[in-house]
Amino acid sequence: MSRELLEGSAAIAESAIAAGCRFFAGYPMSPFTGLLENMSQRLPAAGGVCINAESEIEGVNMTLGAAAAGFRAATGSCGQGIALMQEAIAEAALNETPFVVFNMARSQQDYFQCTRGGGWGDYRTITLAPADVPEAVEHTQLAFHLADKHRAPVIVYGDPLIAQTRVGVSIGRRDFGPVPAKDWALDGSTSGTGRSKQVWTWAMGKATEPGPGPDKHWRAIADKFDAIEPLEQRHEQEHCADAETLVVAFGSAGKFVAYVVDELRAEGHKVGWFRPVTLWPFPGPALEAAAASARRVLVFELNAGQMVDDVRLNVPDRRRVQRIGGVSISESGLTYGELMDAPIIRQRILEAVR
Amino acid sequence: MNLSIVDTGRVPEHGQLVADSKPSLLLGEHSLCPGCGEPVALRVLLEVLQELDIVGRSIGVVGHGCYGSFVRIMDVDVLQCLHGRAPSCATGIKRMRPDCAVFTLQGDGDMANEGLQEVLHAAARGEKITCVMLNNGVFGDTGGQLTATTVLGQRTKTSIEGRDAELHGYPVPVADLVAKLAGAAYVARAAVNTAGAVAQTKRMLRKAFRCQLEGRGFGLVEILTMCPTGWFVTAPDGPGYLSDSMEKTYPIGELVAP
Repeated sequence: MSRELLEGSAAIAESAIAAGCRFFAGYPMSPFTGLLENMSQRLPAAGGVCINAESEIEGVNMTLGAAAAGFRAATGSCGQGIALMQEAIAEAALNETPFVVFNMARSQQDYFQCTRGGGWGDYRTITLAPADVPEAVEHTQLAFHLADKHRAPVIVYGDPLIAQTRVGVSIGRRDFGPVPAKDWALDGSTSGTGRSKQVWTWAMGKATEPGPGPDKHWRAIADKFDAIEPLEQRHEQEHCADAETLVVAFGSAGKFVAYVVDELRAEGHKVGWFRPVTLWPFPGPALEAAAASARRVLVFELNAGQMVDDVRLNVPDRRRVQRIGGVSISESGLTYGELMDAPIIRQRILEAVR
Repeated sequence: MNLSIVDTGRVPEHGQLVADSKPSLLLGEHSLCPGCGEPVALRVLLEVLQELDIVGRSIGVVGHGCYGSFVRIMDVDVLQCLHGRAPSCATGIKRMRPDCAVFTLQGDGDMANEGLQEVLHAAARGEKITCVMLNNGVFGDTGGQLTATTVLGQRTKTSIEGRDAELHGYPVPVADLVAKLAGAAYVARAAVNTAGAVAQTKRMLRKAFRCQLEGRGFGLVEILTMCPTGWFVTAPDGPGYLSDSMEKTYPIGELVAP
């Protein structure tokens, strides 16, 4: 595969198209806007449709429609825009319509709304958190695969560094294995046959062929997410075996932390790092093992403390957990503030170690 | 108890068979109140799909209201979507399946309250879909509250003395708003309170679907339907009440036609 120098938004757009995405709808919001522009410029040439939707709510519901028709489809936004989409993301989880949501977030304050689900009902949202552009290219294709594999919406949690950094990357179709046929997709061909199809959160079926109904259907959905939880956990870690201090971070922050921890290791500090790649399902058992020898578990995230809840739930002794991140937003409000800086992360780790 | 429609199979002397007792696209009986106009509208809609011979490529997108129960009795591929969002979902389906006949089934609460911007934007974009709005001026499914299309003076459980413009504002004429948009190829307002009105509704639906199939643009048929329960009148009084109240605010007729 040849390497191209692409801005993250362009690389993700190309990767989505390579994955077979043929429908995209979104509403401009920085730093998601670049992905919308790239899709609008690149998708039609691939035979797809991109709509500059009039609102996030309309964008995500158009995407749900395209996905219900059986096509690989995606939408995206960040922060408040994702919040507006949560009703439809929940609906898609419950009526089992697979699509991808690109949350090109301004910071890490969307952890709760990605992993807990901001919508109604018993569901979870599979959330991939790439650390850089090449991983985002990979995750884009993995997201479409996981969506189809599990018939569920999947979020890719990016950020300004991923959206706006130019990197040499290889696009090209990744093969993650087979996915189930979309025999549930609506194409009108079963209308009038007595066996017409239905995509319905309540799953009540037709008068002639009753469905399971909400109670059984929602239990089955809950069971499905229970089954996904151990199956799809992904993480990266380094220097954990003898680490007295373990630093946990996700996304771009995870890449910064890995850089700083590698430096500290080289200087002789017994530090390790752990990066959840899937935020849901959270790689809890792996973190528990990685933290086994650690006297302290430091959580660096650019928010007031969201992922720290999952860390506390999974380390052997939650009293060892300490937050070293915080809310940190630039003056513009559109990207990270001063905390996203290697010297500051280094200083905060060393302060905790002392 | 068997509630099936009695079909004697006989046409009375001097009578003329104008419709089958049960369209083949109906999988069962509806469960709505006596005197409700929505099942009439559904029947006409399904008959139009059959008459245009587009059943095998029809996809419905159904919103939330009493008519939501039709999802179980219509033999059509259906996406049951979120409240108000049917025009957006239909947009996604139609853009990816341009050969399909895609329609929405929504009420006034769904289209005029929760999803007004969806229908306006879909019309402005000229989406080649057919939106069907069943307008009875009341939230029937939740037991009879004021909607955006409740007419002045109309009593509902949340406007018990009648809709007062000072207190509740004015009704929203959805078809008239949509008719102002350049992307709308066919806009009409119909009713199902008389035999003549039902026949006219059918003609309008047929035209709206033809516009979609010919790629002319967006179509909307707003159908005034009786809701005796929500109007606090008896079932036999429903059709007359519709003429005397709703039709005064929402005149029947074509607003945009090719």
